Amino acid sequence: MSRPEHQAPPEIVYGGEEAAKYAGNSRIAAIQAEMASRAVELLNLPEGYPGYILDVGCGSGLSGEVLEEEGHVWVGFDISPAMLEVALEQEATGDLFLQDAGQGIAFRPGTFDGCISISVLQWLCNADKTSHHPKARLTRFFSTLYSALRRGARAIFQFYPENDDQIQLIMGCAVRCGFEGGLVVDYPNSKKAKKFYLCLFAGHEVNGVKQQ
Amino acid sequence: MRLITHNMLQCHVRGCNANNFPLELQEVVLEQEEAEMNEDFLRNMLGKLEYDALVATCHKLDINDLPVTLPEDAQYNEEFLQILHRIILETHVKSGKMVCPNCNHTYSIRDGIPNMLLAEHEV
Ligand SMILES: [Zn+2]
Repeated sequence: MSRPEHQAPPEIVYGGEEAAKYAGNSRIAAIQAEMASRAVELLNLPEGYPGYILDVGCGSGLSGEVLEEEGHVWVGFDISPAMLEVALEQEATGDLFLQDAGQGIAFRPGTFDGCISISVLQWLCNADKTSHHPKARLTRFFSTLYSALRRGARAIFQFYPENDDQIQLIMGCAVRCGFEGGLVVDYPNSKKAKKFYLCLFAGHEVNGVKQQ
Repeated sequence: MRLITHNMLQCHVRGCNANNFPLELQEVVLEQEEAEMNEDFLRNMLGKLEYDALVATCHKLDINDLPVTLPEDAQYNEEFLQILHRIILETHVKSGKMVCPNCNHTYSIRDGIPNMLLAEHEV
């Protein structure tokens, strides 16, 4: 089966019909929610701390629901208008944006207490238009994200890397933008259940105290 | 989009790095939606808010309930936090546009969703 990111750009693959199907599929929804829970756990926020969290590629708002349940206020963006349409129909509680991660994000420095992203990062490694250079897009994304996170905050990306080169490309870009971190692999010995989480740290908290 | 999120936005057109905040709201339609108040969250956000920009934005929207300067005891001022909650977490921009004060780029808002996509030459 060919990988969806090889078929067409995300806003096409997740067009109207596919967006509705994707959001209505309970098996996919359950897996997405589980991965979102794991990503939120890896954010490592203090118990009971209500954060302001960014969801990159929020889709129909499934991962946002998990954030909401954990008491966080969230902001999400997606490149697929059809997916955002579904999010509206499902009365997603976060603030939604139509945005392309590869163009960078438009938030002031130190805005977010954390960032999660489910099944999106591999899309950024594609060149869907001749003007798309994966390395430039990843760098633009990571540099603006780094700035938009408060010091000490984490960004957790569940993704489906195609190969080791892709992991190196992504990690290299993130590190050049100031991030530290590494890869967490859940169920490494199960072909089906194996999940990759790229965990990035945006610098360190000042004096071990959370910045207000 | 809630007003709290508008307060966190800045223009991201290539090369537009100064005076690119706050994006000016124009021709907006607002809607109030009740939300549960979370004082811990508000306290967490106080340090991130650009308060002057928030007050200026509110004035343009004809919302005049906020004190002009942030109260010194803001963190524990119940009355102030309630006003703040109503304004930044219960006031939604449903449609309109946001214009960058520096480069004049216009971001349109439809169904509450701002369109932040840029043309190739703006990236
Ligand atoms: Zn601008």
